[in-house]
Amino acid sequence: MGSLPARDPRIYVGGGILLALIALALIGPHFTSDPLMPDPESILQPPSSAELLGTDNYGRSVLARVVGGAQLDLLIALFAAVLAFVVGSLVGGFTGFAGGFVDDVMMRLVDILQSFPAFLLALGVAAMLGNEIRNVVLAIAVAYCPYFVRIVRGEMLAARVTPYALAARAVGNPPTRVMLYHLLPNCLGPSIVQLTLCLGYSILDAAGLSFLGIGIRPPTAEWGVLVAEGTQYVNSGQWWIAGFPGLAILLAVLCFNLLGDRLREAVRA
Amino acid sequence: MPELPLLDIDRLTIGYTPHHAREPVHVVRDVSFTVGRQEIVGLVGESGSGKTQTARAVLRMTTPPLQPLAGRIVLDGTDLLTLPEQSMRRVRGAKVAMIFQDPRSSLNPLMRIGDQLARVYTSHQRISQRAAWQEAIDMLRRVGIAGPARVARSYPHQLSGGMCQRVMIGLALGIRPALLIADEPTTGLDVTIQAQILELIQQTRAETGASILLITHDLGVIAETCQRVVVMFDGRIVEIATVEELFRNPMHPHTLRLLRATPGTPVSAHKPAETVVEEPGVGLRELAPGHFVLGHKLAQEIAR
Amino acid sequence: MYGRSFWIYLGRRLGLAVITLIGAIVAVFVMTHVLPGNPALVKAGVYSTPEVLRALEHEMGLDRPLPEQLALYVVHAFQGDLGVSTRSGHPVAADLVQRLPATAELAVYSLLLAVLIGVPLGVLAAVREGGWFDRVVQQVAILGASAPLFWLGVMLIFVFYVQLGIAPAPVGRLDTGVEAPPQITGLYTVDAVLALNGTALASAAGHLLLPVLTLGFVIMAPLIKMSRASMSSILSADFIQAAYSFGLPHRTVVWGDGLKNAMMGLLTVVGIVLGYVMAGNVIVEALFAWPGIGLYAWNGITGRDYDAVQGFVLLVAATYVLVNLVIDVLYMLIDPRVRLG
Repeated sequence: MGSLPARDPRIYVGGGILLALIALALIGPHFTSDPLMPDPESILQPPSSAELLGTDNYGRSVLARVVGGAQLDLLIALFAAVLAFVVGSLVGGFTGFAGGFVDDVMMRLVDILQSFPAFLLALGVAAMLGNEIRNVVLAIAVAYCPYFVRIVRGEMLAARVTPYALAARAVGNPPTRVMLYHLLPNCLGPSIVQLTLCLGYSILDAAGLSFLGIGIRPPTAEWGVLVAEGTQYVNSGQWWIAGFPGLAILLAVLCFNLLGDRLREAVRA
Repeated sequence: MPELPLLDIDRLTIGYTPHHAREPVHVVRDVSFTVGRQEIVGLVGESGSGKTQTARAVLRMTTPPLQPLAGRIVLDGTDLLTLPEQSMRRVRGAKVAMIFQDPRSSLNPLMRIGDQLARVYTSHQRISQRAAWQEAIDMLRRVGIAGPARVARSYPHQLSGGMCQRVMIGLALGIRPALLIADEPTTGLDVTIQAQILELIQQTRAETGASILLITHDLGVIAETCQRVVVMFDGRIVEIATVEELFRNPMHPHTLRLLRATPGTPVSAHKPAETVVEEPGVGLRELAPGHFVLGHKLAQEIAR
Repeated sequence: MYGRSFWIYLGRRLGLAVITLIGAIVAVFVMTHVLPGNPALVKAGVYSTPEVLRALEHEMGLDRPLPEQLALYVVHAFQGDLGVSTRSGHPVAADLVQRLPATAELAVYSLLLAVLIGVPLGVLAAVREGGWFDRVVQQVAILGASAPLFWLGVMLIFVFYVQLGIAPAPVGRLDTGVEAPPQITGLYTVDAVLALNGTALASAAGHLLLPVLTLGFVIMAPLIKMSRASMSSILSADFIQAAYSFGLPHRTVVWGDGLKNAMMGLLTVVGIVLGYVMAGNVIVEALFAWPGIGLYAWNGITGRDYDAVQGFVLLVAATYVLVNLVIDVLYMLIDPRVRLG
């Protein structure tokens, strides 16, 4: 009944943050100082007019490092989530369409994968594969793949018995074509919502892995790494080294959560 | 002197104002009709004609964001639309009860049938739990359910659709409302069960003296049970008449369409609508005794 | 008493759980053995000569064909033998058991905090849907779901330990110099109460404060969302409308019917949230140097202690599967639709 008000603050806040982040990631580095350049003169300086977010223990600008990290985190999230989405949707569509024994086996596999909390699964895979950006992306994608498989499979199960599907078959299309070309695109609606949310979760997980030293390692400027580096200085009162990168994570994940929420309601209505 | 009707709906308008819109949207416009004491009135129309919302308005339970925007709903002398919520709560169930369309989903799936009946009874009468439970079993028996004690201990999912509907009627009956509103009480039920439910509803009226407002899209049901009919279309009333009169002499084009679409109704399918002529902008006019039609006048008036 | 379909369903669920468990074991095994590197080499460490290595490999069973190793591992796992930790020298199973109470204490209190605050908030927000309270609660939930766990912990440490001095130093479960109470449950707070040891109780509670706040707040967010969604969908159900139409008072309908039906869904919610708790444990324990199984696993990963890591992952999977099984069975017992259907 009725449509959602167009002036939903979630769109504005979420979209606004997202645009700002993308801008930051793309052109930010031009405006900040070199994130890798140490400056022994100004170690551990609190936020000031000169350095908006303060400096770390090497004298590097926290602002520069946070901005530098934006690109990396956003890219990791993008690749991981999209990879999970693509692979998961294909597998889910295929197994939903095929049904029978194939479906049973695949669902058992999905159950097994989902018997681990997503973060722990990513942790395990990343630990096994090693400390590289590529491995972090893979690990997170593996962790979230099952969700997409489930969602798309569910949609496909309903879609394959529609008159539309039967008609496509009756006209002579081979089953693979029917599944990929006719049915699968219609099954993707709910998983787009999940994709948006996954973008946020990926950032959280990537940062979490880095914080534990299992994902990305210093000196690469990833937000989780930055928080980890800054943790030890909190005891002596220098909160900004860990504080601001973490805030960046929060804002990034927040925007995806807001947009995902709004998207979910739009898909349902 | 004609008796005062039990229910008098007067120029009721229901709608809502969407976000940022200047004008409200109406789903029910200027609806007026009455239900007399111990009378069975049918409210008929296609889906979306506004009949359910009109009925729900009597309980002040229109589906949000819809609400009554204008008019009066007078029940036994009191305008329900002006009552505070507290008082309205006392009207619901006690004076007016409603049976909804899907009986099974109207019952709490996690509660035993007997408990659901009993607690409605205890909330309206000063009786003990045990007495209420007993009354529930009695009521189940009276609405024709076999093994009432066992059914009372059962859960809704264990009953058939027809049985659930009987339970709903029993729920409504137990509190002896003056007006019973039944919204599509037979839709979705088997034909044989439909007949039984309709008979039960009429039995109800005989036993308790309640008036009944029967909402349906099925003219066949109207023909069997009702005394008077109100035909709605697109939020407005288009025709009101007694059942005999409506089937013998339908006047409004929409009524004719409805009749033609219903198989087996006692009217000739291609009756020419010569007796009336359109007169847009005019409200309900009494074109024959007790027979009201919207926006038309008798053809013979023009011949003059 | 229970229908035949009940027993069939139960049997099938159990079978599924066992299959999933075996699958988890296989998955873990495959993952660790895909890794390049030689566990025997790690174990031998400084002493690795070719002869020692060969002997070690034979002893560790590494020279047998992989499927045989896998089968052996599965069999051992079901017997409770999860290998030996290369760092502690003890059997992994023993290590995990010893450290479990610390994690359990953290998890229990975090869950309690999250449930006791989150569920009422969610339910109340649903009852006053669309109002200011609902909007505020939803914002809180979204914020909680967006905040990185480790960052929150660090910030809380800064505020409450560094700045305000309320919380003790974020290391371990007790202040230095305070002895742990005699172990009955392994939960220091409970044991301290049982032993009437006020000092230990205060110390343990103090050290629990920040970790529990951190973990509790983060898992509160999904709890709020889920309990709100559950209550909201119940309240818009037909039978609620019907109850109103029969004149039942608002109080009875919402807090009687509504709440009761919504709480049915609560069990599933707890199962889901448990997963978040187990995942969050690793980070929280690493940050607060909390001697539980999460820290054990983390040390194992960074220290290349494969058996320890495998054991931890297995324990988590087993717990998850077991908890969900118990929840399913509980539903079968209390939901009349399943029980009598």
